[in-house]
Amino acid sequence: MLDISILYNRYKFLGYEFLTWLWFSVENQPEKLRLAENSTGTLALGHKILLENQDNNRLESVSIKGENADFNEGLLALSKGAWVMELHLIFEDGGNKWQFALKGENINFLNIKTPEIGSIETAEDTEGFILEKTFLYNKLFEYMDGLFHQFIRLRLSEQWASSVVPEIRKWIRS
Amino acid sequence: MGLFSSAVSIIRYKVKGELQKPVIETVRNGLMQNMFRDMEKEVSEKISGWTCYDNHYKPDFTNSDFIIGPFFVFSLRIDKITISPKIIKKQYTEMLAEHLKNTGREYLSKHEKQSLKDTVIQDLSLRIPAIPNIYDMIWSHETSDLYFLNTLKTANEELETLFFKSFNLPLQRIIPFTLADAQSGLTDSQRDILSKLAPSKLF
Repeated sequence: MLDISILYNRYKFLGYEFLTWLWFSVENQPEKLRLAENSTGTLALGHKILLENQDNNRLESVSIKGENADFNEGLLALSKGAWVMELHLIFEDGGNKWQFALKGENINFLNIKTPEIGSIETAEDTEGFILEKTFLYNKLFEYMDGLFHQFIRLRLSEQWASSVVPEIRKWIRS
Repeated sequence: MGLFSSAVSIIRYKVKGELQKPVIETVRNGLMQNMFRDMEKEVSEKISGWTCYDNHYKPDFTNSDFIIGPFFVFSLRIDKITISPKIIKKQYTEMLAEHLKNTGREYLSKHEKQSLKDTVIQDLSLRIPAIPNIYDMIWSHETSDLYFLNTLKTANEELETLFFKSFNLPLQRIIPFTLADAQSGLTDSQRDILSKLAPSKLF
């Protein structure tokens, strides 16, 4: 395997494309983001999107945030060749809610807020708190990794160029 | 941001390779050998080591507090001396004036000025305490997953170095390529496509 820093730079576009595909899927085909027939997990957009356009030796950043933000400006940036750098998302499952941001270039999870759990009252509670938090992190990671695997199999298939890219382009221009 | 914060940022790693058995003793030894130790008399810009997640300033790995269920939970402590350039400038200016007065000279050579500046920095390093930074982690030996609860590049680099030194196992960061290549169950032909993949034009 190549050096990790080379792979990081060579393939960070996959992370940007994953975020764009997520945004597109949340808005246009949320049913495809259910990983299994009996899955109850859903994904929604959060309150912030960061985009960046690095074309023609110039750097243009677009940040859209707010409770009822209009993400159409983000679509405009995409239509000019910008990448999604960071996407804020809300994952809900079984009445529980996770809020977090996903960074495209490295798939880092930022600012994860898990569902509320009991607070630590005594030293004995600490172990339970850490176990429960870790369980909640794992649940989020499993779901998002599942979506990434779904994306990557699509990305490596002929369907990507023949069907997905035209649909994403149509959405961007809509 | 740490284990008990309401919001955390996480960089995920895969621990590559197998720990020597007995696993718990191997981890304990690795932690103890590279445990954070205060070196107050020593001038060092940065010192680092492992510490307990629940006792950052008096680590003790002889007990089993670092084992929580199926996880190893501990912290990386990095102490760094940060001296404001303004303080260095102030001290240097004062010392330079005194030095010129005592020697009756009007100027110092470039080399002498640098030497004086180094003395100022060394002196300040002894007097200014290092700032401790604590970074928590959760390591699942069963799944080889390690969650590092900080995304700061310097802290992650320190983690990767110290982890290898302590346990003789490299950490592989989860990035788009590693998530695609190693964990998506790809076939050989899909891997081949991945190796030649270029960005899509989505606009």
